[in-house]
Amino acid sequence: MKFSDDAHFEQDVEVLIREMHTQYGYDFNGYARASVYRRIKRFLTHRHLSSLEDLRKALMGDSYFFENFLQEITVNVTEMFRDPSFFLSLRNNVLPILSTYPFIKIWDAGCSTGEELFSLAILLQEADLLGRTKIYATDINQKVLKQAKEGIFSAANMTGYTAGYYASGGTQEFSRYYNSNYGSVKFDSSLIKNVVFYPHNLASDTSFNEFHLVLCRNVLIYFNKELQERVFKLFDESLVSLGYLALGKKETLSMSQISSSYNPVDKLNRIYRKTD
Amino acid sequence: METSSKLIVMGGSWGGIHASLSVLKELPATYPIPIILVLHRLRNLEGNLQELFEKRISLKAVEIGEKEKLAPGYVYLAPSNYHVLLEKDHTFSLDVSELENYSRPSIDVTFMSAADVFGKNTIGILLSGASKDGSSGLSYIFDKGGMAIVQDPEEAEVDTMPLSAIDIIPDCRIMKLERIHSFLLSLHDH
Repeated sequence: MKFSDDAHFEQDVEVLIREMHTQYGYDFNGYARASVYRRIKRFLTHRHLSSLEDLRKALMGDSYFFENFLQEITVNVTEMFRDPSFFLSLRNNVLPILSTYPFIKIWDAGCSTGEELFSLAILLQEADLLGRTKIYATDINQKVLKQAKEGIFSAANMTGYTAGYYASGGTQEFSRYYNSNYGSVKFDSSLIKNVVFYPHNLASDTSFNEFHLVLCRNVLIYFNKELQERVFKLFDESLVSLGYLALGKKETLSMSQISSSYNPVDKLNRIYRKTD
Repeated sequence: METSSKLIVMGGSWGGIHASLSVLKELPATYPIPIILVLHRLRNLEGNLQELFEKRISLKAVEIGEKEKLAPGYVYLAPSNYHVLLEKDHTFSLDVSELENYSRPSIDVTFMSAADVFGKNTIGILLSGASKDGSSGLSYIFDKGGMAIVQDPEEAEVDTMPLSAIDIIPDCRIMKLERIHSFLLSLHDH
């Protein structure tokens, strides 16, 4: 599919971003553009839409269509135990400290379809902390929250996930955590008994609680510097003193204004601890 | 830091490390055009591709960091398990979206994004590989007026990638590694 010249396309995207904000209250202005352009082009191709104008009309006239667009424009790709060394570090460096609290609160920000959430819950279960932990799982996208609650993943991924589980220090039979059924697996719902699911938009919503650990991995990469800064401040407000912040492997706190009040616990795996 | 007006994007998979090293190893540290290199790698593997390149080339080899800005003198290596995109201000964006052509990083993704920013000043080079990833991206570069260079399939360790590109871009330039190398050096003189 060919697109009209780039400058035109890019200007039209800006108009679209403004109109979506006005009509639906979703603000994509702080999103890094290269990815937005790519997602939009991809959506146009998949939906056989020939121009941005057609997309604009469809979005403005149909909130259900907008919901679908929202799901595809934001990246929801995730996996269990992505970067096993991160989960190993969480097991060894963070959970033992969290275990000293009588009650633990964790925020999984941008939890998407729940693969990371279930990985985390398994770690907590094995550290015997799950029963006294409350996890707040949030995402901009209500549809993925629903999927996360179900905990049903494709069986085709289980070989990789099992390897990830063991590489992250798991010692149990991984299959004890799920039931297989017709090409998919359903994870034990008791793992997310203490999880509350909330729609939350990092670009516009505020802090809503205080946490001992905030996980937000591979979400900030889609934001520009200004929005990243906003989110770092939001996390800072949401963390207790000596709380932990965990980012994606290629995300760093070092350029942020809040970095002076955080120490790296594991630099390579991007785990930081608030100093005061 | 000043950034060059040209950009070299290079991709490969099977045989791509060896091929890209042959192209890059004699380029001087003062080479003025930034180079982005996308090689297919195993996922969730802690790679020391950077170390491997550092030891063998004069240019500085770095794994791409989020929001890092393009500068001459560097070979930017796509990190494992991320797509690499380029912003208008010549900073990098990373992306963990769906695999493209069974790959993340995908060569197509980076080639297209680079061409969106550098247009006709993009030099795309596709090397040895057992995948069709990169062909569409190279064709996209070509359509934007940029240069499409393909490693001679006769010389490539695995010719799937070059053949696939030649198939959809009949007017691409087919070169042996040594020619690619001297061609890149000749850009330096202008």
